[in-house]
Amino acid sequence: MANAPLQAAAFAPPKGRGLPSTSTLMILVGFFALMIWSYVGTEFSLRGLLGGESAAQIGTYVTKLFPPDLSRDFLLKTGYWTLETFAMSFLGTLLAVLIALALVFFSSRNLMFAGPLFEMERSRPSVRAVRTGLCLSAKATLNLLRTVPHIVWALILVFAVGLGPFPGMLALGIHTGGVLGRLFGEVVENVETQPIEALQGTGASRLQILFYGILPQVLPEFVAYTLYRWEVNIREAVILGYVGAGGLGQQIQIAISLFLEHRLLTLILAIYVIVTLVDYFSAYLRGRLV
Amino acid sequence: MYQLDRVCKVFDSRTMAVDELNLKVRRGEKLAFIGPSGAGKTTLFRMLNLTIPQTSGTLLFDGLNIARLYGRRLREVRRRIGTVYQQHNLIPRLPVVHNVLSGKLGAWPVWRAVRSLIRPTEADLAYEALRQVGIPEKLYDRTETLSGGQQQRVAIARMLVQDPEVILADEPVSSVDPALAAGIVKLLIELSEASRKTLMMNLHSVDLALAHFPRVIGLRDGKISFDVPTAEVTDEHLAALYAGNQTEAGEEVASRAERRPVRSCRPHLIS
Amino acid sequence: MQSDAPSAPADLILSARRSPYFPVVFSVLFLLTFLGSYRLAQVQPLLLVEAEGRRNIWKFVSGMFPPDLSWNFLSLLGRPILETIQISLMGTFMAVAIGFPLGLLATSSLTFKGILNERETAGSRPRALLRRGSYLLARAVLSLFRTIPEFVWAFMFVRAVGLGPFPGVLAIGISYAGMLGKVYSEILEHVNPGPLEALQATGASKLAIILYGLMPQALPNVVSYTLYRWECAVRASAILGFVGAGGIGQQLEISMRMFNFNQVFTLVAILFVMVAGVDALSARARRAILGRQRV
Repeated sequence: MANAPLQAAAFAPPKGRGLPSTSTLMILVGFFALMIWSYVGTEFSLRGLLGGESAAQIGTYVTKLFPPDLSRDFLLKTGYWTLETFAMSFLGTLLAVLIALALVFFSSRNLMFAGPLFEMERSRPSVRAVRTGLCLSAKATLNLLRTVPHIVWALILVFAVGLGPFPGMLALGIHTGGVLGRLFGEVVENVETQPIEALQGTGASRLQILFYGILPQVLPEFVAYTLYRWEVNIREAVILGYVGAGGLGQQIQIAISLFLEHRLLTLILAIYVIVTLVDYFSAYLRGRLV
Repeated sequence: MYQLDRVCKVFDSRTMAVDELNLKVRRGEKLAFIGPSGAGKTTLFRMLNLTIPQTSGTLLFDGLNIARLYGRRLREVRRRIGTVYQQHNLIPRLPVVHNVLSGKLGAWPVWRAVRSLIRPTEADLAYEALRQVGIPEKLYDRTETLSGGQQQRVAIARMLVQDPEVILADEPVSSVDPALAAGIVKLLIELSEASRKTLMMNLHSVDLALAHFPRVIGLRDGKISFDVPTAEVTDEHLAALYAGNQTEAGEEVASRAERRPVRSCRPHLIS
Repeated sequence: MQSDAPSAPADLILSARRSPYFPVVFSVLFLLTFLGSYRLAQVQPLLLVEAEGRRNIWKFVSGMFPPDLSWNFLSLLGRPILETIQISLMGTFMAVAIGFPLGLLATSSLTFKGILNERETAGSRPRALLRRGSYLLARAVLSLFRTIPEFVWAFMFVRAVGLGPFPGVLAIGISYAGMLGKVYSEILEHVNPGPLEALQATGASKLAIILYGLMPQALPNVVSYTLYRWECAVRASAILGFVGAGGIGQQLEISMRMFNFNQVFTLVAILFVMVAGVDALSARARRAILGRQRV
C-alpha cells in the first residue's frame, strides 16, 4: 500500500492535545447515563417493539382502525367538524395577534424606558418608575399567558362558558397571545436603532417614531411568526377539542370512549388533510406577504 | 492509462460541454491542459476521475471500460485516481489530520473510518505526508485556520495519503497567491515524478504550463484545439485557442455562447 | 458547471407578486373566512360577561389561592416530575434514532440527485427509480409522522400498549421524528458539496462520505435544533399525561377533574419552573455548541 515516498514518519510528529478531549468524554458519558436512566424510567421496551409484545399490540390496534368509516353521513359531519376546527385555529390566531399587539409595545424595554428614545429625557424618577412597572407587568402578563398550558386554559374556559369551539378558540387565543407576545417582543427589542435615531433627530414624537421607524421593520417578522404559529395552532385546536372544546378533537374523544375505531381513523385522516392544507397555505402566504 | 474515444458530455440536453473528445494518455506521462474558461476542462476532469458519467463515447482507464463500473468496483477504481481541486474541498471544521487521512477512506472499512475520527489511527502517515508538502507542524490545527496556500498543501497531502496511480489537478493554483503558484506546481510534479504517477493538470496560466510540462493540450468549446509536445506549441496555436476571449468575463460569455446545439451525441449511446 | 436557461419563469413570478388583484382578493377571502369562522366557532362573547360565566371564572380563580403546598400533595409529585423529564429524553432519543435515517433518505442530494448519485443511476433505470422512490417514501412517512399531533399518537398508543410512560415516549418519538427528519434533511441539503465530491473521488463509500464530509459540517445545526426540540418535548410530555401517558399531566388531569384548583396552581407553577430550567439549560448548551470549536 505505501509506496516509496510515503512511509511512517522517521521522527515523531507533534503531540496534539489528546483527542478526544476530556470534556467531550464527560459529555458523552453524561449523555449515555441520561439515556439509560430514561430508558429504565419510562419502561421502554426495545425488544417489545422489535417484534415482541408491543409490536403485536400495536399491530392489533392498527388492524382495528381499518377500514375508515366512509359512510356519507359521517363524512359530511366530519367535514363540518373539520371546518369547525379550522375556524377555531383561524380566530384563535387572530385573537392571539390582537392580544400580542396590545401588549408587546408595553413590554419592550427599548420602547418604555431604555435605549435611544429615552436618553435625552429629564430624569423624573417617578415617571420612570411607572414606565418600568408597566413594562414589567406587561412582560409578566405575557409570561403568564404563555406558561399556562393551552389545555389548562381550555379546561378553565370550558368550565366557564360550557362545551364547544368557543372556549377552545379563546384558549388558543390567550395562550398563543402570550407566545406571540414574547416572539414579537424579541423582534421589537432587536430593531435597528439607526432609523430611529434619524427620525428622532428630525424632532418626531415617540408615537410618530413608532409608526414610521419601528412598525415597518417589525411587521414582516410579525406576519411570519404569526403564520408559523398558525401551523402549530391548527394542531393544538385538535388537542383542545379533546377536552371539550369542539371540533375534530371532541369527536375523537367521543369515538375513543365508544370504541368506534373506524370513525377514529376517518377523523385522523381529516386531521391529516386539514393540517397539511394549513401548512401549505401558511407557507404560501409567507412567500407572498413577507 | 487513459483512452477516450469520441467522448461527449451533454448537460440538460442542451449544453454540450465536451464534444467528441479523443485522447490517449500513457502511464507516467505529465500533461497540462490549457484553454479559456468554460472550455470543458473541469467537465473533462470530472469524467476522468469518475465523478460524472459521459453522455456517449468510450472511456477506458487502464484498459477498463469505466461505464460499466458500479458500487464497490467503481470505488476501487476511484481510489487509483487522486484529485486536487481549485477550491481544495477540505472540511473546514475538522483538524488537518482528519482531512489528510480522509484520503484513506477508499481503503478503510467503515469501522476503521469511525475509529479514526475518534482517535486518528495513522497520524504518522499524515505527518509524513504533511512533511512532504512542507507544513508538518499543522497536524492538529483546525483546517479553517490555515491560509489558502496551506490548505491547498493539505489537499495535496490528502492525495499523497491516498497514493493513487494518477493525479488530476484541476486548476490547483488558481485560488492561490501567484507567488506561491509555481511552487505548488513544482511540488506536484516532483511528487508525481518520485513515484512514477501520471499527472494531468488544468492550468489557467499558459506560462506555467509551458514551463513545466512536456505535453500541452489546448481545449476550446469542448474540443481539443491542439495536442502537442511543448516544444511545438506555436503562437498560432495559442491565438486560435484564446481567440475573441480578451477578459475573464469575456471568455466565459463568448465560449458559452458558442456552444453548439447537440447533434452528434445521443445520451443512451454509452458503449 | 452547467448554466440553465434563465429568466423566463422568474419574470412571471415577479409580475405575479405585483399583481394589483392580490390585496383585494386577499382581503375579501380574509373577511369571508373571518365571518364563516365566527359562525362555525359559535363565538358568543357575551357568555364571558354573563353572570354564570363570571361566577365560574371567579370560582376558578379564587379556588387557586392559596396553592396546595401540603407535603401530602407535593410528595406525590416527585416521581411524575422525573417521569416527565424521562419521557421527554427518551422520546427525543427515539425521535433522533428514527428521524435521522429518514432525514438522510429524504435529502435529495444524498439519495437520487447530484454528483453523489449520478454515476450510480446513470446506467440503470430501475436503480434510479428505486432511489427516487425511497426519497419520496421517506418524505411521505416523515410528513405523516409530524402532521398528526403527538396528542393523537399518544392516545392511540395508550389504546394499543396500555397506560404509563411508554406510550408517551412512543408518541413523542414518532411525531418528533417527523419534525426532526424534515429539518435534518433541510440542513443536509444545504451543506457545501465540494468536500463531498472530493471524498467521493478518493473512492470513499457513501457512509464514509456522510461521516467525514457531511456530519462535521451539519453537526452544529443538527444538535442545536435537536436541543430545541427537546425543550418542546418537555412541554409536550407534561400534557400527554392527560391521556394517561405518564408524567405530571396525569396528575394535572386528576386535579382538574376533582376541581382541586389549588393543586392545579401548584402543578402549573412546577411546570413553569421545569420548562424555564430546561429552556436555560438548552440555551446554554446550544451556545456552547455553536460557539465552541470541536470535531
